[in-house]
Amino acid sequence: MSIIRPYGDTTGDGMVQVSFTLPIKHSKVADGAALQLANKMGMEPAMVVHSKPMGDDFTFFVVYGQVNHLVDTDKVQVVERDFPLLTPKEANAVIKETLRRPMVVVGACIGTDAHTVGIDAILNIKGFAGEKGLEYYKEIEVVNLGAQVSVPALVEAAVTRRADAVLVSQVVTQRDAHLLNTREMSAAFREAYPAGERPLLVVGGPRFDESMTAELGVDRIFGRGTTPAEVASYLVHRTTSKEPAA
Amino acid sequence: MRLDLDPRTIAQARALAAKAGEPIVEMATKHTTVAVERATLRLAGLAGADPDGTPWVNHLVDAVRADIGLEHGIALPVWHALAAHGNDLSRLAEEAAAGQVTFRLPEGAEAELAAKHAREAVGVGIARLDASRVARERMIAEIGDAPRKPWIYLIVATGDIYEDIPQAQAAAREGADIIAVIRSTGQSLLDYVPEGATREGFAGTYATQENFRLMRAALDETSRELGRYVRLTNYASGLCMPEIAALAGMERLDMMLNDSMYGILFRDINPVRTFVDQRLSRQIHARAGIIINTGEDNYLTTADAVEAAHTVTTSQLLNEYFAKEAGLEDWQLGLGHAFEINPDVPDSFRLELAHALLAKTIFPDAPLKWMPPTRHMTGDIFKGYLLDGFFNLAGAMTDQGILLVGMMTEAVVTPWLSDRDLALQNVRYVMDAAGRLGEDFHPAPDGFIANRAREVLGESIDLLGKIIDEPNGLLDAIADGTFGLMKRPAGAGKGLEGVAEKSEAYYNPASAELDKQSLEGNE
Repeated sequence: MSIIRPYGDTTGDGMVQVSFTLPIKHSKVADGAALQLANKMGMEPAMVVHSKPMGDDFTFFVVYGQVNHLVDTDKVQVVERDFPLLTPKEANAVIKETLRRPMVVVGACIGTDAHTVGIDAILNIKGFAGEKGLEYYKEIEVVNLGAQVSVPALVEAAVTRRADAVLVSQVVTQRDAHLLNTREMSAAFREAYPAGERPLLVVGGPRFDESMTAELGVDRIFGRGTTPAEVASYLVHRTTSKEPAA
Repeated sequence: MRLDLDPRTIAQARALAAKAGEPIVEMATKHTTVAVERATLRLAGLAGADPDGTPWVNHLVDAVRADIGLEHGIALPVWHALAAHGNDLSRLAEEAAAGQVTFRLPEGAEAELAAKHAREAVGVGIARLDASRVARERMIAEIGDAPRKPWIYLIVATGDIYEDIPQAQAAAREGADIIAVIRSTGQSLLDYVPEGATREGFAGTYATQENFRLMRAALDETSRELGRYVRLTNYASGLCMPEIAALAGMERLDMMLNDSMYGILFRDINPVRTFVDQRLSRQIHARAGIIINTGEDNYLTTADAVEAAHTVTTSQLLNEYFAKEAGLEDWQLGLGHAFEINPDVPDSFRLELAHALLAKTIFPDAPLKWMPPTRHMTGDIFKGYLLDGFFNLAGAMTDQGILLVGMMTEAVVTPWLSDRDLALQNVRYVMDAAGRLGEDFHPAPDGFIANRAREVLGESIDLLGKIIDEPNGLLDAIADGTFGLMKRPAGAGKGLEGVAEKSEAYYNPASAELDKQSLEGNE
């Protein structure tokens, strides 16, 4: 069966609940406005079961109603992540089992970029979005070089620490600095390592296009909102599978 | 509601914390940092930045350091050079930045004269701290204080100070007693304090002197409108701890987050840098009548809240020792803890009550800061709302001083207007329905709660004993990963290059004055 509707207490009843705020003083007009919004959202009939003033200028509503939409599960399209999402515990276990040593991750902000917010969100134990950073992972050895690291210094750190992966964060995008810096970085790694032996190169930042990996010469690009667990899972997936770095 | 704990056990725990803390204080008094020296210049009135945003205090400290090193402090060389530059600190800083000044360490009568002038200049800043404190006390007396405890603590964080202001005023009108302006992510790792009013930040707003001033002025207006003084909170943490403390004290902020070990553990800031910076920052907070908030809740976001409960108690005891040593009084100690036990653990609420009561029993006169669940807020907002209700109930029953309002949309979105309203309804319902429930109940002397509290206190005493037994005491314990699971050796971490061991000639008029209150506190 590919056609379904929301379920309240009877098959096919189509019942949903929503809550929202309108920037309007609490009044009969406000309730009517909420009802109108619910109708426009496809809820028909709808019931405003709760409305409450929040200050002089806002009203909060809870609305129940029947939606007239049908959902066809055959037409659902999802982009699947191409690696499994692991908990820190699972990631540690996989590294221990396959690498048999800690995974070494070197991170930095390169160029003149002093915004360590991205790299710190991923690496610092404090983490991001309720997830702990890579420092929290017992089997990951994190070397956070911080801000304004030159490309040669980054390469040198990667070589001496025998990095499995290099994480670079770029926040500043004036005159496409993030793209230029990333290309310079990947070129330097190509030069410094024999083919197929360089560490995984991962860049992240709010303005990158995640599909530009080939153009920039890196293995993976992570965009805004990426969490530490996603990065860790990707690194585990790539360093413990047979596939060599590109 | 109080626990029946043996006062001798509590006294033993305090004595151990003092023993663990003393060598750290001794180490702190033997070192200075670039941030300590910059804070001194800020108290002397040096403000502003060059067109690239580098503050003049950074320029001046760097210039002195390049000529004669940091170990003598900047006061003597700067005030010795000042006479030749029109007695104008800003001018001296500008000329020093341009490489037009050579600093040297004065001796004898020259040194005495420089010290006298430095003392006078820094005295103006310290007088401003005193004036802020008096102004706060006067405002509270005139317009009234928060109506009841716990004080309700709400956060604003838009990144833009001009957006923060109306949000903070709205939050105060909705019932907040305390407004905290969250800082931009990463500010803790900046080795300078940004300048001016700022409109862009990452998940928070930069802490600057001008942002402090603007927000305090706006809340003064709202305080008068509401007939109760609304307190303002920011962060004295990271690489600029004492500078931000000085700015906060001068601009009459009321509470500051200021943990003894947070920067070390969670931001990888060098331990020596942190302890040196922290001591002056706390001395300034003490002088300015600021309430500090410590960060023990953070340990429980990394370590298990049941297994690591004793690390919270241990850290509270250490934070108390360092705070009192710096001259802070009990009413200024917002020691932290949090409701972070996995709700799937059997008896989780009883365990939370035990931990919260333990803190209240050990620190009866401190306004404990009680932090809401974050770790087990999953996106199921309905369950989250219930969990926040239990958090509020535990806070009410155990008489917590500062209650950070939990949001059911924690880990989902930055709080919406309706989230904040629902959260405040939750708090009000629990306080009105059960705010004085503690009067009716006392934990059975040998019951689950009392036994659990004793167990945690016992583990804390064991841990303090182990810390003292390490060759380098607390520094080794921090290096070993005792707190929050993070290993932070004393010879590593950010900001280490900004630390220097004091020379015989070292002089700092700010610490000379503020050390007096530390001595009084110890007597």
